[in-house]
Amino acid sequence: MKDVIRRRTRGAVAGSARLWQASPLTYAVLIVGIVLSAFPLYWMFVVATRTNDVVGAVPPPFIAGHHLGENVRRLFENEQAHFAKALVNSAIASAVVAASTVFFSSLAGFAFAKLRFRGRNALLLVIVATMMVPVQMGIIPLYMVMVHLHWTGRLQAVIVPFLVTGFGVFMMRQYAAQAVPDELIEAARVDGATTFRIFWSVVLPALRPAASVLALFTFMQTWNEFIWPRAVLNPDNPTVQYSLALLNSAYFNDYTLMFAGTVIAIVPLFVVFVVFGRQIIGGIMEGAVKA
Amino acid sequence: MAVDLRPAPAGVRAAPSGRGRIRARLSQLDLTLSPYLYISPFYLLFVVFGLFPLGYTFWVSLNHWEIIGGHQYIGLRNYRALLADDQFWNAVGNTFGMFVIATVPQLLLALMLAGALNRRMRAPTLFRMGVLLPLVTSVAAVAIVFTQLYGRDYGMANWVLHFFGVHKIDWQANKWSSWLAVATMVDWRWTGYNALIFLAGMQAIPQSLYEAAAIDGASRTRQFWRITVPLLRPTIVFVSIVSTIGGLQLFTEPLLFNNGYMNGGSLRQSQTVAMYMFENAFQRFQYGYGSAVAWMLFLLILVFSLLNFLIIRRLAGGRT
Repeated sequence: MKDVIRRRTRGAVAGSARLWQASPLTYAVLIVGIVLSAFPLYWMFVVATRTNDVVGAVPPPFIAGHHLGENVRRLFENEQAHFAKALVNSAIASAVVAASTVFFSSLAGFAFAKLRFRGRNALLLVIVATMMVPVQMGIIPLYMVMVHLHWTGRLQAVIVPFLVTGFGVFMMRQYAAQAVPDELIEAARVDGATTFRIFWSVVLPALRPAASVLALFTFMQTWNEFIWPRAVLNPDNPTVQYSLALLNSAYFNDYTLMFAGTVIAIVPLFVVFVVFGRQIIGGIMEGAVKA
Repeated sequence: MAVDLRPAPAGVRAAPSGRGRIRARLSQLDLTLSPYLYISPFYLLFVVFGLFPLGYTFWVSLNHWEIIGGHQYIGLRNYRALLADDQFWNAVGNTFGMFVIATVPQLLLALMLAGALNRRMRAPTLFRMGVLLPLVTSVAAVAIVFTQLYGRDYGMANWVLHFFGVHKIDWQANKWSSWLAVATMVDWRWTGYNALIFLAGMQAIPQSLYEAAAIDGASRTRQFWRITVPLLRPTIVFVSIVSTIGGLQLFTEPLLFNNGYMNGGSLRQSQTVAMYMFENAFQRFQYGYGSAVAWMLFLLILVFSLLNFLIIRRLAGGRT
């Protein structure tokens, strides 16, 4: 713990001495970047609040109208998109996958970082190797597995294969190695705690910062999953991304309907981002240094 | 946690009773078995839903395998057919075209953004969140919005371009324009993320190097190319390999750009390898052939990650 604090302060001092003051040009570059980042989202919102007769307007509309409620109602009443069902499906899948990934990754990460057992390094190497394999490679036989299990078209097909990931295990191992002092575990051991007890009461609380970042990432990733749900689910029981794709192919002239869908599809992610933005950025940057 | 201060029953400590022995055994078991128990969920899941499908893909690819009516072993015939398949090579060309015009500007832009973010400034978190904003939007939503921006008749891209005297472009109709459109979607979503990774790398470069360079009279631009970029090499390699793995699997953006048509347009202008795999397996129900496409994709990714690694090591290292 002391180590971490010392490193932080040293980093901060070195950082402030090193960094050049941002010039007006720097701010200009960044502001242009942010405007480009935000504009498509803003425009998405604008169109979602208008009626379809703005589509051909020149110049295009840049200010929000007041038809959002109406467009959202049309969206939920649309019989082909099954949008309400899709929202529920995506929420369940993302929440379950995130919770399970965090739990099992922490457990395995703790074992790899702090417990001694035969074959530890080789087994860890296997996990790193699995992170390199492109997921799309396996979707055809994965689909065949699902047919065999009679899971096609059912929500568990997009949940169960992803309950724990190599990335999660590796991330939690890296964090556990430096965040949990060995003495703490030894002390708990001497007090007679079982290994699981040590995990639950000593390790898990110490892993909380990394665990929350992993939960956020996993939630966002599952919410965004497209190729696999598109392959294994049916159009009448889709996830949000699949439902959007259905709208996109059936109603590509009904812009306001589609855009109302896209707005609602990003609301959960947007909320997560606004509330936890700082942690997400920290997670990305820390992960980068370690990789 | 409550602490039990009462003295332990004497018998337990002095001479282990039957119960004590069982306890000791259990505790021994706990020590030896727990680690395996804790890491087993990943391996279990990976074997069933990862390893088995991968190996099985290869087996399927050696067969003529359709949805109904079983399968027949045909050796490498799927692969031989694939090598002579114009549609496959078209998809490979499209994938690389989009990958290159997406990745090169993206990494340069990300480097520039990271350089800007690596200054002392007001509200740094706000700026970092700003550039990361595109990443947290859903991928289908991005594809839909950009497809409208690139609409032929009412799209905003054409409206802006007409001020510069450019005639209406039918973005979906041509190879180069559809590649460009898809590339901008990818870049919009990932540039900020990569900038943050570069930023993390930059912050790890020791200050003394810049001081020494400044004393020697090196300009900031010179410092950037001679110190920052070479020392950032591991990060650059990492980012470009991750971009390669992701970029060669491109699927959602080009699919939605074509309103969900798996062929990527009437002339297959923007069909990627992943879309071609999907089309074969899930629309033509040629599982064997689709699996062969999947393995070729895997090989392509492997080869290009390696090439990427070698090239960038050269490029970034050559300047020192």
